[in-house]
Amino acid sequence: MRHIISILLENEAGALSRVAGLFSARGYNIESLTVAPTEDPSLSRMTLVTSGTDQVIEQITKQLNKLVDVVKLLDMMEAPHIERELMLVKVRAENSGRDEVKRLVDIFRGRIIDVSNTTYVIELTGAGDKLDAFLQAIDRGLILEVVRTGVSGIARGEKALHV
Amino acid sequence: MPSPGSRAFFVLAGTVSAWPTPAYERELNVELTGAEIFVQCLKDEGVEYVFGYPGGAVLPIYDALYQQEAVKHILVRHEQAATHAADGYARSNGKPGVVLVTSGPGATNAVTGIATAYMDSIPMVVFTGQVPTALIGNDAFQEVDNIGITRPCVKHNFLVKDVKDLAETIKKAFYVATTGRPGPVVVDIPKDVSTNKTEYHYPKRIKMRSYNPVVKGHPRQIKKAVELIATAKRPMVYSGGGVILGEASRSLVEFTRLLNFPITNTLMGLGAYPSPDRQFVGMLGMHGTYEANMAMHNCDVLIAIGARFDDRVTGNIEKFCPTARIIHVDIDPASISKNVKVDVPIVGEVDQVLKAMIKEFKDGAPMPDAKALEPWWQQIEEWRAMDCLKFDRESELIKPQYVVETLYKITKGKAFVTSDVGQHQMWAAQFYQFDKPRRWINSGGLGTMGFGFPAAMGVQFAHPDETVCCITGEGSIQMCIQELSTCRQYGLPIKIINLNNRYLGMVRQWQEFFYQGRYAMSYMESLPDFVKLAESYGHIGIQVTKPADVEGALKEAMKVRDRVVFLDFITDQTENVYPMIPAGAGQNEMILI
Repeated sequence: MRHIISILLENEAGALSRVAGLFSARGYNIESLTVAPTEDPSLSRMTLVTSGTDQVIEQITKQLNKLVDVVKLLDMMEAPHIERELMLVKVRAENSGRDEVKRLVDIFRGRIIDVSNTTYVIELTGAGDKLDAFLQAIDRGLILEVVRTGVSGIARGEKALHV
Repeated sequence: MPSPGSRAFFVLAGTVSAWPTPAYERELNVELTGAEIFVQCLKDEGVEYVFGYPGGAVLPIYDALYQQEAVKHILVRHEQAATHAADGYARSNGKPGVVLVTSGPGATNAVTGIATAYMDSIPMVVFTGQVPTALIGNDAFQEVDNIGITRPCVKHNFLVKDVKDLAETIKKAFYVATTGRPGPVVVDIPKDVSTNKTEYHYPKRIKMRSYNPVVKGHPRQIKKAVELIATAKRPMVYSGGGVILGEASRSLVEFTRLLNFPITNTLMGLGAYPSPDRQFVGMLGMHGTYEANMAMHNCDVLIAIGARFDDRVTGNIEKFCPTARIIHVDIDPASISKNVKVDVPIVGEVDQVLKAMIKEFKDGAPMPDAKALEPWWQQIEEWRAMDCLKFDRESELIKPQYVVETLYKITKGKAFVTSDVGQHQMWAAQFYQFDKPRRWINSGGLGTMGFGFPAAMGVQFAHPDETVCCITGEGSIQMCIQELSTCRQYGLPIKIINLNNRYLGMVRQWQEFFYQGRYAMSYMESLPDFVKLAESYGHIGIQVTKPADVEGALKEAMKVRDRVVFLDFITDQTENVYPMIPAGAGQNEMILI
C-alpha cells in the first residue's frame, strides 16, 4: 500500500543523504521525496511517498525514527489528510491547438504561466492522480517537458506535525 | 618513547607535577587550538587509551597528544587493528573504545572495524582526520568522503567544520555512542579545525531533541508479558548480546532461576548466563546445541531478551518456533518484529525490564505451573543426553575441540577469549564455558576475519593483569598478523591459540557438505613458520603436533607475562563443526555427527 510519510529533520548537511541512504541500503522503494526548510530554520520537512506491506512500512518508520537527524515523523495514512503536488508542463501550442490546450487547462483548474509563439507553460496543482489524469488527457505529442515537485502532505484538523 | 627530558622542550600541557601547568589550566578564557581541545575533551571524558596511527591530517592532534600523559596513545600497525583493538577494549569493560586515524586511507582502513562494531552494537568513537575545510571536495591529497563512506555502518557521524563546534560535537559523539543501543560514531576533523583556536568549554550534559532513547519498558506491556509467562508449559529464554551491553546479566540469572526456565544464549550473548549451570542448554543457532535448537523449536512461550532474531539463529524463518507465542525485550524498537512477528513487544533497557518482571512475580503475580514444567525438563534432558558436542577423543591427531576444552580447564574458565571467524570461532563458543559476561569477544554480526588478535590487544589494555587468549586459525591470524609488532612494543602477553588445519576450515566444511567436495581456494599453502615468525618479532613460538603435548604447551604459555606466546596447534584437517543447521533449514533439521 502507498504511504505518505512526513518527517521533520535537523536542517543539517548530510541529513537528506542519511534518509536516502537508508532507503537504498535496506531496499525500500521511494516513489517521491520532497524536502525544504520550515518556518523554523533549524528544521527541514520532508515528505516521502513509499509503498510496502504493513510490516515493511512499520520497519521504515522505525528505521527512520532511529536516524539521529530525524526529530519526528508522521505516517499520513493514519488519519485524514490532504496531499498536493505541483506540476509544470511545457507544451507545444500552435494555431488552433492553442485554444484546445487552454480549454483543457481550464477544466483541470490549471493556469498558463508562460506564453511564447509556439509554447505554453502550464501550472497545475492537486493530488498525484489528478496530475496523472491531466497528462492522460492532453495529446502526448504536444508535451515538451514535465516537471513534478513530488507530493506534499498535511493532516486535516487539529493534528499537526511540529516540535 | 623519547625521554621526558627531550620532551620538556615542547611542553605546553602536561599532568606530571614537575612540568609547568598548561596555560589553559592556569587562566580562564584562554584560547586553545582544536587539537588541544580534542585532547582536553578526551581527558574530560575520562578516556584512558586512544588506538591509532598518525598521518598528515592529524599531525596537529598528535602534537597535542605528545605534550601530555593523561591520554595514552597506542600505536598499532594498521588502522583496521586500531578499530578492532578499541572494539575489544569496549567489549571487555563496557567503556567506549576510542580511535584516531588520519584522512583518506587511514579512514578507509578503519571502515572494516567500524562496520564490525556497528553490527555488534559496540560503543566506539572514531576520530578521522580530514583535509582542510577549504580543500574538501577538491580531490586533495589523502582526501576521501569519510562521512559518506562510513554513513551506512555508523550509529551517527559528524563533520566538524568550525573549531567552535568541536567540543560539543565530541560530547555528542560519546553520548550517542554509549546510550540507547550503542554503536560506533565517527567524528571527521579537518586539519584547519585542529589548528584554529577558540575558548574551551566541555558541556557536562547534552540534550538532543532528535535523540531520546527509550529507557523504561511500558508497564502494561510488562504486565502482559508476565501474564503470558504464567501460562507457559514449555517455556524458553533466548538471550543475546543486548544483555551483556545492558549490564543485565545478574537480572537475567535471577529471572531465569526464579522461573526455573531453560535458557539459551546467542553467540553474542555467551557469558550472560553461566554456561556450566543446569538450566543452560548451550548456544543456539546454526552451530548451536541439539537441545537448545530443539527446545526453541518446541517451546510454547519464547522470551527473547536483547537478541535480534538473526538469520544464523532462526534458520528458515517460516519454520521458526512454530508453536511459540513470543515476548521480545529490546532497547531498539526497530529490532522488534523486524524478522519475526512477536506477540508482546517491550521496548526498554533489558535490565530495567527484567527487574520489573521479577518484581511483578515477587509481588504476587501468578507464577507458571511448576508441575507442568517437569515433562518439559525431562524432554530437554533427553535431548541433552544426545551429547551433540561429542568428538573423537582417541584420535592421534589434535582435535581442535580438545584444545579449547583444555584451555578452559587450565584457565578455570577465567580467561578473556577473543576469536576470529570460522570453525575455530564456533569451537571456542561451544567448548569454552563462559560464566561471566564480557569474557567472550568475537565478531558475531559482521564475521570479520582478522578481528581476534587486535581485539585481544584492546582487552589486554583494559585488563592488564588478566589472561587474554586469542583463539584463531591460520587463515584469520594472517589478516592482522602485523600486530605482533604492536604487542612487542607494549609487552602484551597475549596467548595466540592457532588452530592450524591448513584450510579455511568453515569454507572447506561448506564445500564438503554443499559443493560436493570441490575445495575451491579453501586451502592454505605456503604458510609461514609461525614459530619463527613469532620469534622474529621477539615473541615466543611453540608448535604442537601431538594431543599429549597440548596441555603442557598451554600451561607453559600461561607462565609468560611479558610477550606473546604463539601456540601453533597442528590439528586434524578433516574435523567439522557439529551440529549444523544448513542455511535455509528449520531449527529442528540439524546435521549431527
